[in-house]
Amino acid sequence: MDISTQHTDAAASPGLPGPAAHQRAARGATRPGDRIFIGLTRGSGILLLVIMAAIAVFLTYRACLAISDDQGDFLTTFEWNTNLIPPSFGIAVLVYGTIVSSVIAMVIAVPVAVAIALFLTHYAPRRLSGPIAYVIDLLAAVPSIVYGLWGALVLVPHMDGLFGWLDEYLGWTGIFSWDGGAPRSMLTVGVLLAIMILPIITNVSREVFRQVPRMHEEAALALGATRWEVIRMSVLPFGRSGVISASMLGLGRALGETMAVATVLSPTFDIKASLLDPGGGTFAQNIASKFSEATEFGRDALIASGLVLFVITLLVNGAARLIIARRKEYSGANA
Amino acid sequence: MAKRIDVSGLTAYYGSHKAIEDISMTVEPRSVTAFIGPSGCGKSTFLRTLNRMHEVTPGGRVEGKVMLDSEDLYGTGIDPVDVRREVGMVFQRPNPFPTMSIFDNVAAGLRLNGKYKKSELNDVVEKSLKGANLWNEVKDRLNKPGSGLSGGQQQRLCIARAIAVEPKVLLMDEPCSALDPISTLAIEDLIGELKERFTIVIVTHNMQQAARVSDRTAFFNLAAVGQPGRLIEIDDTERIFSNPSVQATEDYISGRFG
Repeated sequence: MDISTQHTDAAASPGLPGPAAHQRAARGATRPGDRIFIGLTRGSGILLLVIMAAIAVFLTYRACLAISDDQGDFLTTFEWNTNLIPPSFGIAVLVYGTIVSSVIAMVIAVPVAVAIALFLTHYAPRRLSGPIAYVIDLLAAVPSIVYGLWGALVLVPHMDGLFGWLDEYLGWTGIFSWDGGAPRSMLTVGVLLAIMILPIITNVSREVFRQVPRMHEEAALALGATRWEVIRMSVLPFGRSGVISASMLGLGRALGETMAVATVLSPTFDIKASLLDPGGGTFAQNIASKFSEATEFGRDALIASGLVLFVITLLVNGAARLIIARRKEYSGANA
Repeated sequence: MAKRIDVSGLTAYYGSHKAIEDISMTVEPRSVTAFIGPSGCGKSTFLRTLNRMHEVTPGGRVEGKVMLDSEDLYGTGIDPVDVRREVGMVFQRPNPFPTMSIFDNVAAGLRLNGKYKKSELNDVVEKSLKGANLWNEVKDRLNKPGSGLSGGQQQRLCIARAIAVEPKVLLMDEPCSALDPISTLAIEDLIGELKERFTIVIVTHNMQQAARVSDRTAFFNLAAVGQPGRLIEIDDTERIFSNPSVQATEDYISGRFG
């Protein structure tokens, strides 16, 4: 991206000795084609930073306006009354709902996605793995509002059996007790989100597993490893950071998912101890449900909650990068 | 411990392509047998039929018999996984498990075979690394990743990993072709020591190497591109390099072709 580096590279490139080469290198950097190309690529890079900065500044500015007038504690208040005078609103419920629904989605989706990816790359016959991969791609192309409608009309009415079972055997834990209300709860949202993020995690994991060098797998095979042992010794360790990245992509989608959650959940502004009882809310769902009827100030308050979601997503991504970097010297990439 | 290999009428395919045809030979225990021949003559394919790695390649299949002492490796009811625990393999490019430490690399095969006490593992790992002439170089960093070693060290680590499970036979597929001359020498010395305990089969493109390390040499050739590779002759290494009985062998060795 930097002209001066390119310059040195060209001048130092081997096999072009002598003053002629230097002239050629020097002239090369000033050719109009190069200049246009460098300008375009650099411009694109800068544009990205400008957009990011613009979003951050906009969110922060509007959020500050709202938070400074908030009479409740923005982080701990269990209500969202922006029309009161003075207004009182807080994100505690939204933080809880967003994180819990996403965690449920990850717990369900990641193992299933990794299993599908392993099946497609290491067990399924090639005739079968192509069509299955195609169907999974299709699943990723379904718009989220369609998932929402399916969730509300099909998934919700069919969750009764599972909820009853969980209540009977795990109800004593408190988090799986059920009062028999409509299953428009965090668990249902989590299940729906799991289905929605399954394709992206599967596809990225499949790509990673496919790139496991043949020689790593043969190393395990030659030691007398079974197919599962090859996967455990060579494929999973090599794919580990890729699966983490894939999961983070999925988590990003789960955290920010709006319409599907808004269609399935019956939102309330409190935290239910049980995952099965209806109620709660997420950041994106709350913004979508309240935005159209919000006053100017109400919108600023919603933007403040959006800023928090933005920060949470950044933190999650940062944490994922840390996990990947921590064991870099062991990663398959430097083999 | 080392076992004799007896191959008769072995033919191997990749899909419909016949890669090697009708190969018969005997490999004596506690000896080094080298496979030489031009590229594409099927010597690596043949090597991989000896521990049933050939059939791992999509479309790979084998006809014929490979006897390990009295056991037919391709007999009905024989699990290829068990075959590979008896017949170890070292590859062209060093391939230690990148996510494992040096210790875990050597212990990997043992852990597959069952439960071992920590002290037993320690003993086997030390013995195997000593056996691979690597112990002194790595004994202070056994918990560091194997991928941090030099190429030659990595290859000796792979040899240590292979011999840790006490195989009957050790197959080596051009084990020095990715290494510098000094590392190559270290591996060649090691082969000389290992043949006291194992039956060793080595594929090499380097004829001096075959002459230096092997007791017996097999020369493979193919009639033309696309034709299956065949075993031209197998004899004592000394005889192959001084007075081979087939003209094609002499032509290849003296550099007249290939």
